[in-house]
Amino acid sequence: MVNVGSTAPIAVERPSSDVRPDLPWVTIVWNDPVNLMSYVTYVFQTVFGYTREKAEKLMLDVHHKGKAVVSSGTREEMERDVQILHSYGLWATVQPDSIK
Amino acid sequence: MSSGFSARSGGGVIAEFEAAEVSILRSLVSQVLGLVAPGETSDDPLERALGIGDARTPSDPVLARLFPSAYQDPEEAAEFRRYTEATLRDGKRADAQTMLDTAEPGRRELTPEQAQAWLRALNDVRLALGTKLEVTEEIHDVIATMSEDDPRYPAYVTYDWLTFLQDSLVRALW
Repeated sequence: MVNVGSTAPIAVERPSSDVRPDLPWVTIVWNDPVNLMSYVTYVFQTVFGYTREKAEKLMLDVHHKGKAVVSSGTREEMERDVQILHSYGLWATVQPDSIK
Repeated sequence: MSSGFSARSGGGVIAEFEAAEVSILRSLVSQVLGLVAPGETSDDPLERALGIGDARTPSDPVLARLFPSAYQDPEEAAEFRRYTEATLRDGKRADAQTMLDTAEPGRRELTPEQAQAWLRALNDVRLALGTKLEVTEEIHDVIATMSEDDPRYPAYVTYDWLTFLQDSLVRALW
């Protein structure tokens, strides 16, 4: 992702608490060189209703680690999430939570 | 005049553009609209009515980026694409059309819905251009050190301007 402006993001290293064991499928967002850090944060807030803080943390995970789990649930729910993220131009995929 | 977007009280945004800027935006979004043709659906009338379409990953790199595979497994990706890509194409075409219909010189108010359509359509233009230019995350350094005589220079400057606009729109919506 690309950052616009002078506000350097703060690197946050925390284990992800977004995956619940009873929700076996996950949506993953992958890093890409076009989508803006501000835009990706805004999309996570808009699509998932996440707080700005949580959305920013996930955005930074995508940016620094190359990908991040952004939601978990049933397969149908994850496919719906991926479709919405694709409408916003994010590079997102679905997979069972068991694949690492 | 500083072009771009600002917040509007009561939701939505205010867009301000010069005539030349509107021409560039309209031209770029028209190209995306031309590229994102209505989804090719099956010859079977029932499948067509249900919006079931092509399962293959687009060979054009820009289309492959606009319509990424939802699964890493090729078979699952194809099945998902078959049932969803036509709808996604329709959405992207509608967003691009909204941008075409509402892009005009001067100051103009956009409703929250129109602003969301602009946000997605502008991003699609950036994805298309960024894929064509094969941009990397070091895009700012590339532009900063690029000679103005470089044949790629105008396209890179346009891309950089679109990046500024996209960021301006996000901040107006926040």
